[in-house]
Amino acid sequence: MRSVTGKVSKFDAFVDKLKKESPIHISKRMDAPKWLPIVIRIAAVVVAFLVCAIVTVFFEPTAFGTFFTEMFKGTFGTERRVINLFWEAAILLLIALAVTPAFKMKFWNIGAEGQVLMGSLMSATCIFYLGGKMSEGGLIVLCLLASMVGGAIWTLIPALFKAKWNTNETLFTLMLNYIATAIISTIIAVWVKTGSHVMGIMPNGHLPKIGGEDYILNILIVALITVLVWVYLKFSKHGYELSVVGESINTAKYIGISVPKVIIRTMILSGALCGVAGWLLVNGASYTINTTLAAGRGFTAILVSWLGHFDPLTMVITSFLVAFMGRGAAQVSTIANIGGSFADIVTSVFFFIIIASEFFVNYKVKFSFSHSKKKVEGETTQNTSEDDSSDAEMMSDTSQATDSEAQADEILEESSPELHRGQPLAAKTSDVAAQNKEVTE
Amino acid sequence: MFWTFLTSTIKFSTLFLYGSVGETITEKSGHLNLGIPGIMCLGAIGGCYGVRSYIDSLGSLSQMSGFAVVVVGIICAFLFAALGGMIFSFFTVTLRCNQNITGLTITTFGVALNSLMLSKLDTRGFYEAGRLFAKGIVDANTTDGLVKVLFSQSALVYIAIATAIITAIVIKRTRVGLNLRAVGENPATADAAGISVGKYRYLATLIGSGIAGLGGLFFIMDFLTGNIEYGIDTYGWLAVALVIFTIWKPNWAILGSIIFAALYRMPIYLNIGQMEREIIKMLPYIVTVLVLIITSIFGRKSVQPPAALGTTYFREER
Repeated sequence: MRSVTGKVSKFDAFVDKLKKESPIHISKRMDAPKWLPIVIRIAAVVVAFLVCAIVTVFFEPTAFGTFFTEMFKGTFGTERRVINLFWEAAILLLIALAVTPAFKMKFWNIGAEGQVLMGSLMSATCIFYLGGKMSEGGLIVLCLLASMVGGAIWTLIPALFKAKWNTNETLFTLMLNYIATAIISTIIAVWVKTGSHVMGIMPNGHLPKIGGEDYILNILIVALITVLVWVYLKFSKHGYELSVVGESINTAKYIGISVPKVIIRTMILSGALCGVAGWLLVNGASYTINTTLAAGRGFTAILVSWLGHFDPLTMVITSFLVAFMGRGAAQVSTIANIGGSFADIVTSVFFFIIIASEFFVNYKVKFSFSHSKKKVEGETTQNTSEDDSSDAEMMSDTSQATDSEAQADEILEESSPELHRGQPLAAKTSDVAAQNKEVTE
Repeated sequence: MFWTFLTSTIKFSTLFLYGSVGETITEKSGHLNLGIPGIMCLGAIGGCYGVRSYIDSLGSLSQMSGFAVVVVGIICAFLFAALGGMIFSFFTVTLRCNQNITGLTITTFGVALNSLMLSKLDTRGFYEAGRLFAKGIVDANTTDGLVKVLFSQSALVYIAIATAIITAIVIKRTRVGLNLRAVGENPATADAAGISVGKYRYLATLIGSGIAGLGGLFFIMDFLTGNIEYGIDTYGWLAVALVIFTIWKPNWAILGSIIFAALYRMPIYLNIGQMEREIIKMLPYIVTVLVLIITSIFGRKSVQPPAALGTTYFREER
């Protein structure tokens, strides 16, 4: 047992060396219990709320209590506000659902904003030219089809170039957002001849109201689409293929999946769903068209999808959370008289904290002082287990390696057969071994 | 008329130049920082608050020194914008988050903070400070021709061009630049060669963001001579487009930014309708998409985006 104490002093030196190299050790979580990610995320949401309240105080010192009460008043205060909250969550969820298949395929489509706008433009075009000339029901269906085509074209362009020439899709789709915005301004300039260049409310193609309220039908449509997308991703062959492409293009090729076909098919689906979102915005919510119709939701939806781990059912929760933050913070800024963009600040601070929490879900952080302590304790009680880790030590520190070899020499008979590998090396450095014996005796 | 157009175009192009040089440095390290519009806004906030505290420290406006106000503005804008880059790097390098997500959040944050913080700012003395920022070697109103184009520009314009040239030389000719490109092309190999991927990404993003932030300062204090009512986010996205348009070469960005600025400014000088104006505004993005497509079809390696652009590097995950 005396040899063990010698080992510890050397081991401490080794740990000190490690400490200098990296004080924090990060590794992937492999065997985390199921409840842990949920607990971390709930904790993150709570922390994020507190931080947002503190940020509010920074802008308006008396608003700490107001923050919490108004967050809920703004979202659940009246029946109208609850419907608004559900609608905001629904439209975010729909766009998030649209980008999710692409993201699962690791196709970084950040052009949802433009795809939604193109969908809404196509729908508005149908209403503008055909409104009043055909039945309302027919017009609404035609609008839906047109907007799906509009959105799909806007994803098909980058998808074709990605499939054929591997053109960078992130940059491509980003640029298409601004082209879509400019196309809408151009068309509005053609339609509206007055100096204001603002499109008024269009009288035709409104989605029917359920129970006298707007948005109810929209929310139901999104609920249906959510289930369909969930089934598509989880149970269909297409859904399986696109996740294989996302995991490894080489594997996909090897098992006979045509990668260009999957990319193009998935992107058409993605664009068509964005088109549906544009259709809902025009025909079911604002009844007009302008460049800020999507209002940044195309970008926010990316966060919703990512935070929901690309799982449609989890995304229901994240979209509600994000809509709650947005609506609630808008109410806080109105009551505390802070300013219009305050809601965006609170929402982005909220996002920062949630994004950071994902790190703790995926990775384990060990600080090396706790790391070394545990190791040393293990060493003193059990002398065979340390030799299992001797391979790693050999790689990082030769003197340490020879030290453990010398030890291995002594306890060779009772320990595992792997240790034989180290024997010749230990013999060569016999002086080190002798030194070590001196220390131990 | 032509010289006036050219002078104002070169002045306006500086905004894009700062943004795109900063973003190029960042992207060369493999970081696709979509937070650039937000970071330019942060630069504007930092610069404006710096100028504010400088003006407050003076007894009267007549004591204001042109050199001091520009230097204070530059330092504050750089530091504040670099803070945005710090947040980005902390999330993407240390916390290994997705770069697109982090960048978009920084943009939302920066743009919102810009409109809120600047609306609260006391702008007394800003017009005078802006005049000092915009002062050239010769007076733009009394000269004409090439002299006007070359010598009536403000300090920040010359600094932008110098920054672009220096950046191009550092990236292309020095060991630091070589290492930076290695980190952006293949972080695993760079890591094996003993280059610290994290350190290079942190520094490139910090410096790149700082430079981009100067664009925000330039826009508010110099181009608008202290008028704080306009946001920069639209121009920020054009700066990101310009990086692609100039195929990741900061020296080409000098010319590229002038082309972008000319396209953007042309409608003001032409007698055309609203529709034509909107179409011309679309052109920079369309040209950028064409460059992206053409380089991906015919491009040699030297005109491609950095291979590891947008990917997070974690040594244990190879």
